[in-house]
Amino acid sequence: MTVAIRVELPSGLCALAGVAREVVVHVRGPATQRSLLDALEADFPMLRGTIRDAVSQRRRPFLRFFACEQDLSHCAPDEPLPKPVVDGTELFIVVGAIAGG
Amino acid sequence: MSKVRLLVGTRKGAFILTADGARKDWAVAGPFFAGWEVFHVKGSPADPDRIYASQSSSWFGQVIQRSDDGGQSWHAVGNQFLYDGVPGTHQWYDGTPHPWEFKRVWHIEPSLTSPDTVYAGVEDAALFRSTDGGHSWQELSGLRKHGSGPAWQPGAGGMCLHSVLLDPTNSQRIFIAISAAGAFRSDDGGESWLPINRGLHSAQLPDPDAEVGHCVHHLAMHRARPNTLFMQKHWDVMRSDNAGDSWHEISGNLPTDFGFVIDVHAHEPETLYVVPIKSDAEHFPVDGQLRVYRTRSGGNDWQPLTRGLPQSNCYVNVLRDAMTVDSLDSCGVYFGTTGGQIYGSPDAGETWSALVRDLPAVLSVEAQTLP
Repeated sequence: MTVAIRVELPSGLCALAGVAREVVVHVRGPATQRSLLDALEADFPMLRGTIRDAVSQRRRPFLRFFACEQDLSHCAPDEPLPKPVVDGTELFIVVGAIAGG
Repeated sequence: MSKVRLLVGTRKGAFILTADGARKDWAVAGPFFAGWEVFHVKGSPADPDRIYASQSSSWFGQVIQRSDDGGQSWHAVGNQFLYDGVPGTHQWYDGTPHPWEFKRVWHIEPSLTSPDTVYAGVEDAALFRSTDGGHSWQELSGLRKHGSGPAWQPGAGGMCLHSVLLDPTNSQRIFIAISAAGAFRSDDGGESWLPINRGLHSAQLPDPDAEVGHCVHHLAMHRARPNTLFMQKHWDVMRSDNAGDSWHEISGNLPTDFGFVIDVHAHEPETLYVVPIKSDAEHFPVDGQLRVYRTRSGGNDWQPLTRGLPQSNCYVNVLRDAMTVDSLDSCGVYFGTTGGQIYGSPDAGETWSALVRDLPAVLSVEAQTLP
């Protein structure tokens, strides 16, 4: 089964990938952070290493994942995503930390 | 008619400045990669339309961009910089062991002969090479594994490999410099490395004459004399006439011998340029006067160049990769400041003007002289 998940990216990654703020990513099989980010990176290879470390696959420390008004940053990568994200009614949001600059 | 293209890296993107051979009217394009730090942008000597850019961000990490059309369009290439094996530790600021961690690419040095071969000097200090146009990168780990790595330490800007010089007469010879480890030379294409710091003296070290640990800020070389190297160290301007085997000081009458940049005239191997900065605590020009100093005798005897440069209330810095020269008959000299100005001189430093004034803080400037 394939689901269409709406992902909102921070502006720095939108420019890098050449996309608008929101992209739709088609995920096959169980929809988790890992499968979503794998699919996102497959669609936009220039994003490899910019959200997760390319080797450890850990979320980069200055990024967070929000959805459904919840912080999903510390959820396990293979934990199922919330239903409203999977059915496309809510965004999976990649947020840059408020760190000045 | 020849033209000049300046590749400028800043804290918030890259810019490209172009002018014809008169170098009076400059067009400014950019920002490219807006919002990202662009530490360095450099074109291939073998194909000037092939340009590489190091784009990085505390949020998103490292990206390498490549252009094949002189900077009109760009695409991201490989950004995996994996140390060879377990990288071990270097010294932290307090002298304790600290694990090696990749942070960013400070310096890009394209091969003199192949557009697809390019070197990257990174923080934490290591040298990488790509032979496929930047798609994949391999560490030349003989440098980091030289044996002195545990004694290397970061300078205030981080433990960066910031200078890469390729010998135009010997494809196997490479010079690099690290802050704060010192200068190193390879005579076998980057497989093995020799520290070349004899003659350097750094009061910040327990042994001021140590083999490694010196905070070298930048290296320069004239293509016609690759055995003669020039160095702006944390303090001291230095010279070697034997490919780094030994160094001697050429600070001479400079008002301060602290600084970051050093460069050589395109046609006069004994003409050098530096921008003295007051001290390691006060990163601005002496007395608020922005002055380039030039020697025409290989060092020691320096003259201030001031015409067109601000001579009051100027408190900018000029960072280590932010000076360059073109190779037109009348050598052009350029530098960028942390205040966002790019200054240029079309007459080897006699007169200066601001080519653009209000860019983000400038990290690097490279000139390309085009037919």
